[in-house]
Amino acid sequence: MFRNLLSLAVLLSIASTPLVARAVTPVELKSVKIDLPDSDKMFPDGSGSDAINNNCLACHSADMVLNQPSLSKQAWTAEVNKMINNYKAPIAPEDVGTIVEYLTTLKGAK
Amino acid sequence: MAENGAFRSMVTRRRLLAVVGATGAALTKPAWAQRMVDLPLPGGPGAREITTTFPQKGPMILQRTRPPLLETPFEVFDKGVFTPNDQFYVRWHWALIPTEIDIDKFSLSVRGHVNKTLSLSLNDILHGLPSVQLSAVNQCSGNSRGFFQPRVSGGEWANGAMGNALWTGVRLKDVLDKAGVKPGAVQVRFKGLDEPVVADAPHFMKSLDIDHARDGEVMIAYAMNGEQLPLVNGFPLRLVVPGWYATYWVKMLNDIEVLDQPDTNYWTKVAYTIPDTQHASIKPGETGVKMIPINRMVPRSFVTNVASGSKVNAGAPSFLRGIAFGGDCGVASVDFSIDRGQSWHQAQLGKDEGKYGFRQWQTHITLPTPGEYSVLIRCTNSNGVAQPDTPSWNPAGFMRNVIESTDIMAV
Ligand code: HEC
Repeated sequence: MFRNLLSLAVLLSIASTPLVARAVTPVELKSVKIDLPDSDKMFPDGSGSDAINNNCLACHSADMVLNQPSLSKQAWTAEVNKMINNYKAPIAPEDVGTIVEYLTTLKGAK
Repeated sequence: MAENGAFRSMVTRRRLLAVVGATGAALTKPAWAQRMVDLPLPGGPGAREITTTFPQKGPMILQRTRPPLLETPFEVFDKGVFTPNDQFYVRWHWALIPTEIDIDKFSLSVRGHVNKTLSLSLNDILHGLPSVQLSAVNQCSGNSRGFFQPRVSGGEWANGAMGNALWTGVRLKDVLDKAGVKPGAVQVRFKGLDEPVVADAPHFMKSLDIDHARDGEVMIAYAMNGEQLPLVNGFPLRLVVPGWYATYWVKMLNDIEVLDQPDTNYWTKVAYTIPDTQHASIKPGETGVKMIPINRMVPRSFVTNVASGSKVNAGAPSFLRGIAFGGDCGVASVDFSIDRGQSWHQAQLGKDEGKYGFRQWQTHITLPTPGEYSVLIRCTNSNGVAQPDTPSWNPAGFMRNVIESTDIMAV
């Protein structure tokens, strides 16, 4: 009853905006507890796969990288540096070259 | 013109599990039960799993497991203008997402350049402020990124990183008024409960100009399509910014900060920027272009009932149906062409459920003689802006809205 009055008031007050107060159906919220699936997929074996597995799985699953298109070595270098500079990926400087080589071999521009 | 790709995708049995994870919760289904979709992304890879392992979600195209990037299978858009909650696309940046929300403990803070700092309970929001409803399209800035050529890095979506819902909630303006915005406020910054995995990494936050935040349209939603939001879509509260790209629609919203200085945080200032050029387009490799934060959406339209590669009878009418949206305003018209854009004909528009939502359209086309046709669909919005006939390009893969083309064979 109270809500109906409220809706009517809203309807009158906002008639000129697209926010429509079609008698808003009351919504009651319920607490939620779920489990999100995880992925423990690793990068395919190859020279440098240890470096990429150790450095590139903390923030996102491997599919983030494996679903990327083929990119140039320059683009992969920029990508790894973006992870370090923008997202604070803790990657040892000596691993950067190895990871870029791995990515260029796996997904280099043809 | 763009290939109306999503339709080329076919669902096949997964031949084998590429990598067998010993303990992965995502791999609890037997291999034979997993289905794949092949998104027609130029140069690939287009194979994606159809996942049903996310709680409160139905079958979704798995773009990334952690943090979740789940795409709406394109067939869903043929069912009507409202995208069901359980197939509404999902997009997170950081993987520390609370998986448990107690509605009695949750609170939304409103602070910063205000007269009174607020801590609002869900009860305060649901029962203490006027409720409002609005249907609006939520579309990822990078929807359709996978069709960019040359290809760019990012979430490699086909056309399903969008959805339309009827949002129920309260006006952001009413919440800000309750706190009392002080003179000199310039922006309002929004933050959710998700956290970066690395402590010093930038927390995901977005800002709107103060006038935009107070325009009476931006709202804080506690329901979509009449029900509470699935957790992965932002339960319990999500910002709704009608007509603007989804990057602003902060999920699990729990913190609103009124700023007296422009926001300089990474996600507002550095990420999610577009070239300040026509159609946000530049030449691949072009540098030194002024960049601005992405903002209003642009018109788009799709065929939803006929897949590219379909056959119809020559000389007989065939029924065609789809969806369109105007972007930051309503749909004025949807037109189609069967002669590569030389002549256009109006399709019939369905019921208007609100200017920010999807609008269904339908028509009959007659392909006169046997042969291959590219059927083009073009939306013109109520501001007079029409979809362009050549694709734009920018390095982040944002704002694709080229006229889509569906290949149909008349026999
Ligand atoms: C500290 C966290 C972190 C680490 C470690 C990390 N990334 Fe990322 N990565 C991110 C974030 C955040 C994004 C953006 C996520 C989004 O948009 O959903 C991202 C996105 C990406 C993308 C998509 C394109 C883009 O620029 O958004 C690629 C490719 C990628 N990462 C590759 C890598 C590689 C390769 C490594 C290892 C060298 C790596 N990442 C390690 C945080 C990280």
